[in-house]
Amino acid sequence: MSSCLQTIQDYGLRSLGYGERLLPKTDFTLCEHFTLIGSGMLWNIYFGVLALLFGFFLATAVALGKASDNRWVRKPSEWFIFIFRGSPLFIQFFFAYFLFLSLKKSYPMFDAFTSAWLGALIVLFLNTAAYSGEIFYGALRSIPKGDVEAADAYGLSGWTRFRRIIWPTMLRLAWPAYTNEAIFLFHATTLVFFSAFPSWKQKGDALYYASYFADKTFNPFVPYPILAFYFILLTLVIVGIFGLINRRLNRHLPQERRGRIRFKPNLMR
Amino acid sequence: MFSYCTDPSALEGLSWLSCYLTTGKHMGFYISFVVVLVLLAITAPVALLFGFAGATAARSRVAPLRWLGKAYTSIVRGVPDIAFFLFFVIALDQGFEWLRHQVKCPDWDAPVRQGNDFIVCDIAKLPLSTSPQWVHETYGFFLAVLTFAIVFGAFAANVLYGGMRAVPRAQLETAEAYGMTHRQTFWRILVPQMWVYALPGLGNLWMVLIKATPLLFLLGVEDIVYWARELGGTKNARFTDYPHGDWRIWYFLFLLVFYLAFTRVSEIVLERLMVRLSHGQATTGGEKLRKGANA
Repeated sequence: MSSCLQTIQDYGLRSLGYGERLLPKTDFTLCEHFTLIGSGMLWNIYFGVLALLFGFFLATAVALGKASDNRWVRKPSEWFIFIFRGSPLFIQFFFAYFLFLSLKKSYPMFDAFTSAWLGALIVLFLNTAAYSGEIFYGALRSIPKGDVEAADAYGLSGWTRFRRIIWPTMLRLAWPAYTNEAIFLFHATTLVFFSAFPSWKQKGDALYYASYFADKTFNPFVPYPILAFYFILLTLVIVGIFGLINRRLNRHLPQERRGRIRFKPNLMR
Repeated sequence: MFSYCTDPSALEGLSWLSCYLTTGKHMGFYISFVVVLVLLAITAPVALLFGFAGATAARSRVAPLRWLGKAYTSIVRGVPDIAFFLFFVIALDQGFEWLRHQVKCPDWDAPVRQGNDFIVCDIAKLPLSTSPQWVHETYGFFLAVLTFAIVFGAFAANVLYGGMRAVPRAQLETAEAYGMTHRQTFWRILVPQMWVYALPGLGNLWMVLIKATPLLFLLGVEDIVYWARELGGTKNARFTDYPHGDWRIWYFLFLLVFYLAFTRVSEIVLERLMVRLSHGQATTGGEKLRKGANA
């Protein structure tokens, strides 16, 4: 038990570069598996949370853009969504990495973009903005006509109408699908260190360490279930948090009409 | 390939490009596109089969079978698919070798797992260490297909299960009223009708499958990502007749465009298919078609 505490001290923050410099080489204990893979989860959470946070705002903008009557706004939004939803994230990572790499040659300020913490975050941010934008766009189109007419009748218009009526209703309708998108975004973060972005000094995410163990022990039956355990835990936390927000968004509805979020895999990704 | 390609250093512009794009290595690149398409063509029906089996099991009247089906369909939820890919490729390989080991070397008494090694007797190895290169490559491809089919089969099972539940209850009751057995109802009424309900989901699944194909790279198949990295990298004049800088960005741009085009074409085809399948169905889509035909 005490040796396990020692392992946690040594490797608990290994993915961020703190603690023991060398990864364990032989005689892997279960504790080391749990600690290192858990340590890697920090990266998955970092990528997921920030991309989701920034992506949310861009997604709203893109959804409004796609629903706009002005074609100079609509066309770019449509293309943005099409490009990021129509191509594999894996290829997007590769492309972005080599793009930043060649930009770096001419402009040294792009140096940070070639490392995962920024470069991959930007790709994930744009990617989730496109997927969520499409979800929000769908919700925007299914806002009940009566709600908007009522807002007009009350003399609400422009920003006030958007802020008070359209935006909350859009979020309410989109929320179950958006929850799925959030879950799948967290899953997508595992791709980062398997695409072009290099993991520097063996600082990687959960899947990086899981595959490290699987490669070293040639036994996939221990690290991958541990990874699965962590991800199921993460999924439950996301469903919980998003469920709370969903409750708040739907709090004005009669009890029986409030939908509960049921986790169904979103097949859009 | 062309006759004027004998001395590439003397060529310029388009003729250089035409020679460059037809080198042997580029042929490998083009063939890898075929590999991806073959993978899709094999995986899609196999995954659909897995999905059908899973969905049928999930609504079975035999409890253990039902649990098995439900477990299979829910297993992909919550865990990233890449983790499954990386897991299954090793696990399947070891599983096959272990089975062969049990059959072919029953009197082997050493444990299969020794420390960090997985050891089976020589004749149980897959593929045999003496077999030629193409057998190894085909085996790797086969494992990749099976892995894809297992993971996407679980998704397909979810979709088909939903499709089966969406078929109006009255249809099945009518079939029972006509004296059809359970089996007859399933094959003659439920299965033909479920497709139109399942198609939007299956269409999405197809899109997801297309977008998952670059992950073949992670499974060790020499696919388009492998070749794009290989060909795009900086080429020194000492080792090749066609020296160039780091062109990987252009190769990956090409892949990006390839996938976008592929997705777009699939979207159009699926839309047509949906119209086709909606004919004569008791859905809003079918109703619309009926009204259109009368007018």
